[in-house]
Amino acid sequence: MSERAFDIAAAVRAGERSARSVVDEHLAQVARVDGDVHAFLHVLGDEARAAADEIDRRVAAGEDPGPLAGVPVALKDNMCTRGIPTTCSSRILEGWRPPYDATVVDRIRAAGGIPIGKTNLDEFAMGSSTENSAFGATRNPWALDRVPGGSSGGSAAAVAAGMAPLGIGSDTGGSIRQPASLCGVVGVKPTYGRVSRYGLIAFASSLDQIGPFAGDVRDAALLLESIWGPDARDSTSIPTPPDPLVQEIDRGVEGLRVGVVGELTDVEGIDPEVRSAVEDAARLLEKAGATVDRASVPSTTYGLSAYYLIAPAEASSNLARYDGVRYGLRVDGPDVEGMNAATRAAGFGAEVKRRIMLGTYALSAGYYDAYYGKAQKVRTLIIDDFARAYERFDVLLSPTSPTTAFPIGAKTDDPLTMYLCDVCTIPVNLTGACAVSIPSGLDATGLPIGIQVMAPALGEAPMFRAAKALEDGFAFAATPALAGGAS
Amino acid sequence: MSWETVIGLEVHCELSTRTKLFCSCPNEFGAAPNTNVCPVCLGLPGSLPVLNERVVEFALRLGEALEFEVPAESIFARKNYFYPDMPKDYQVSQYEQPILVNGRLEVDGTAVGIHRAHLEEDTGKTAHISPTGRIHDAEYSLVDYNRAGVPLMEIVSEPEIRSSEQARSYVQELRATLEALGVSDVKMEEGSLRIDANVSLRPDGASEFGTKVEVKNMNSLRSLGRALDYEVERQRGLLEAGEAVVQETRHWDEGDGRTKGMRSKEEAFDYRYFPEPDLVPVRPTAEWRDRVRATMPELPAARRARLIAEWEIREDDARTLLASPEKIGLAEAAVALGAPAKRVANIVINTPDVSALSAGHLAELVALEGDGTISKTVSKQVLDKVLAGEGSPREIVEREGLANESDEGELASAVDAVVAGHPDEVAAYREGDEGKRKKIRGFLMGQLMKQTQGKADPQTLNRLLDDRLP
Repeated sequence: MSERAFDIAAAVRAGERSARSVVDEHLAQVARVDGDVHAFLHVLGDEARAAADEIDRRVAAGEDPGPLAGVPVALKDNMCTRGIPTTCSSRILEGWRPPYDATVVDRIRAAGGIPIGKTNLDEFAMGSSTENSAFGATRNPWALDRVPGGSSGGSAAAVAAGMAPLGIGSDTGGSIRQPASLCGVVGVKPTYGRVSRYGLIAFASSLDQIGPFAGDVRDAALLLESIWGPDARDSTSIPTPPDPLVQEIDRGVEGLRVGVVGELTDVEGIDPEVRSAVEDAARLLEKAGATVDRASVPSTTYGLSAYYLIAPAEASSNLARYDGVRYGLRVDGPDVEGMNAATRAAGFGAEVKRRIMLGTYALSAGYYDAYYGKAQKVRTLIIDDFARAYERFDVLLSPTSPTTAFPIGAKTDDPLTMYLCDVCTIPVNLTGACAVSIPSGLDATGLPIGIQVMAPALGEAPMFRAAKALEDGFAFAATPALAGGAS
Repeated sequence: MSWETVIGLEVHCELSTRTKLFCSCPNEFGAAPNTNVCPVCLGLPGSLPVLNERVVEFALRLGEALEFEVPAESIFARKNYFYPDMPKDYQVSQYEQPILVNGRLEVDGTAVGIHRAHLEEDTGKTAHISPTGRIHDAEYSLVDYNRAGVPLMEIVSEPEIRSSEQARSYVQELRATLEALGVSDVKMEEGSLRIDANVSLRPDGASEFGTKVEVKNMNSLRSLGRALDYEVERQRGLLEAGEAVVQETRHWDEGDGRTKGMRSKEEAFDYRYFPEPDLVPVRPTAEWRDRVRATMPELPAARRARLIAEWEIREDDARTLLASPEKIGLAEAAVALGAPAKRVANIVINTPDVSALSAGHLAELVALEGDGTISKTVSKQVLDKVLAGEGSPREIVEREGLANESDEGELASAVDAVVAGHPDEVAAYREGDEGKRKKIRGFLMGQLMKQTQGKADPQTLNRLLDDRLP
């Protein structure tokens, strides 16, 4: 696999290596493989080189550019970047250049990180395969005929293919963890409110959370530590500053109480190889000093249904503003309503339209109580069930994705099958808690398997300790063949 | 049959905070189009609202003033509908859990219940550019988003108002209260205060409400009164003719003096309200409410009572004064300088335009009257000159020699001359009854004033006249 961000930053800060050379090498890797992978919608070549030169100048002047000094970061293209196209993989935002940077982008720069490009996603983050992009599908670096997962498939593939040591994604129902799992990298969905959503183009506001992709657990902690913390521009941001994370990860799992969630593991639809990887994970943690038992979270099986009412409902409102009046695409019509309708008909893809219709219906007078209202009650039940489980356990284990990467086109005609990809990840978004996906190894066909470690809200420290112990235990070191030339 | 009028009012007022409801753009009137905007109030993708605390404080002040309950938690909701002047195509408003509930306002001795008051954001403004000036001929439209995100408060009364007069008094009192609290500019004409009315009639003594009609587009207190009177009569006519009142929204046409049903197809709007996930619930702490309570200004009713008691003026004079911030401000400032309140109030009330009058000049004028330097007659002349910018009262009196004649010798000879010059009147005075004497005395005083050009101190003149008339 490609280089670690931790090592790059250490070398750049010590003046042993120039940020410029780091950026040039990664841009070269992009040039070499992204024609096949199509992780990036927009590569920031000149901007990244200029930023690298500035980092090098600061190092030469005796300054410390920060913990991410010189590290290229791939940004999912639903993070606003000032003056740089930000499309959400949608025609409706084609040509729009935000006049401001997302908080997460500000923080990456402040830590010395270098945005190297904007990555592909399922349109408005709606999907599990990065096939619902107006600008073409992204391919899995492990097997180019397979999907990378989604919706943050571009960032996951960029990290897996060695085009960037770090990536940023957003996770509304699994959109970081599921592609991390399918691409064999680490992906974190932090506690809701830990990372500011300011500048993240909303899909479902009460579920959206930004998080890191990385080649290993320590790099993921390093990036998360650089971007999290209170932000006055996001009312839902948690006001208490988080404790340092990187220093926590090697503290081990001695005495940690680990539960394997039966409802998400021992059920139909979970690939047997994936299930046995979860059992392996449980054994590894036990060997490392944790106590392991079965956990039950009964209502979690309703998570998918609740999610497909709540998320579309919020999306139907969040996406109303793309009406052709102020920015992005405009298709003329006979009057304002006609222009709105023509613009939205031409600008949105099929999946986005499907969810807008679903959400509009769920919020409609006469249906609100039966759909949106009921879904919120189910959400409360799931929160309560998880709270009970966390009385007995510090962290919970499950598969991240029921299967490894599936072939491109395999599920595009059947939305319901596609929705099932997120059955294990969605409950964490509904509860506002945190989870990480880490690779355990490859299946018989050579595709990565991911394990999900979940923890209650603000439980990042024990979660990362468990993830690090699993990483050490699995000692998964394979990389896709096309990542070979990164360093 | 006789009918009871039932009116409920929805008052929307713009809050005069320095910045907007969810961002730090200036909240000001009259800026160049689309200059007071930012990613948040333009609803740009990725932007998020952050509640302006000052707005909550303004609401808490109103809560104190109108004895509202302040729920422990209130939440914002999204009201979804497409409109070009609404940047997000939803309006952030409060729906099921407003910031204030169950208030009351004392109006002319009767308490009118207030159902709720809630916060919401204003929208932008659309201008249709049309060669003929008619909207149907418009070639294109321009939108100004400066108003988008300006904080509004909607105050919804119970249907407890029983006449158009009471409705006007309610609005007047509410407006005075909002103004005293410093939370709104309350200018109906500029649109910082807008009123919708729900009107229905029911047979006297009935407990069920009749079918209500919503009346909109009244842009002054006068048009509110006219619109309500018209609508009540219209409904009475229908009911007495045995026809039904249709539940609808009607627009007041100021020119025609009529309310008109909106001819556009009555779409049943479904706003798909749901809790705004980008904002957290508002939970005003007890400490915060205490702080607000401790800094409450004097409210109109209390202020009126104080003026009546301490300044010894009539209630209608107190209302007149309080109706004009400029006048009450001037009067209070002059009183603070030591001028007698009653006289100050009298002058201010009777001066149509006080904009050129300073409290210092007013106090000085009243002092000149009080120490006998000038009479009230001369005082009026001096005031006119002050208003014309000719200087301070003292300068004017000195420059133009308007001070009372205080040389008693000169006055005494003037009195002697007048008495000697009107022997018939003096003789008649001696023989006359009370009425006659009063009349003649008035005539003689007039002659004296004429001779002294109004500068004589009336008290001295009276005393001197007494000496010479038996």
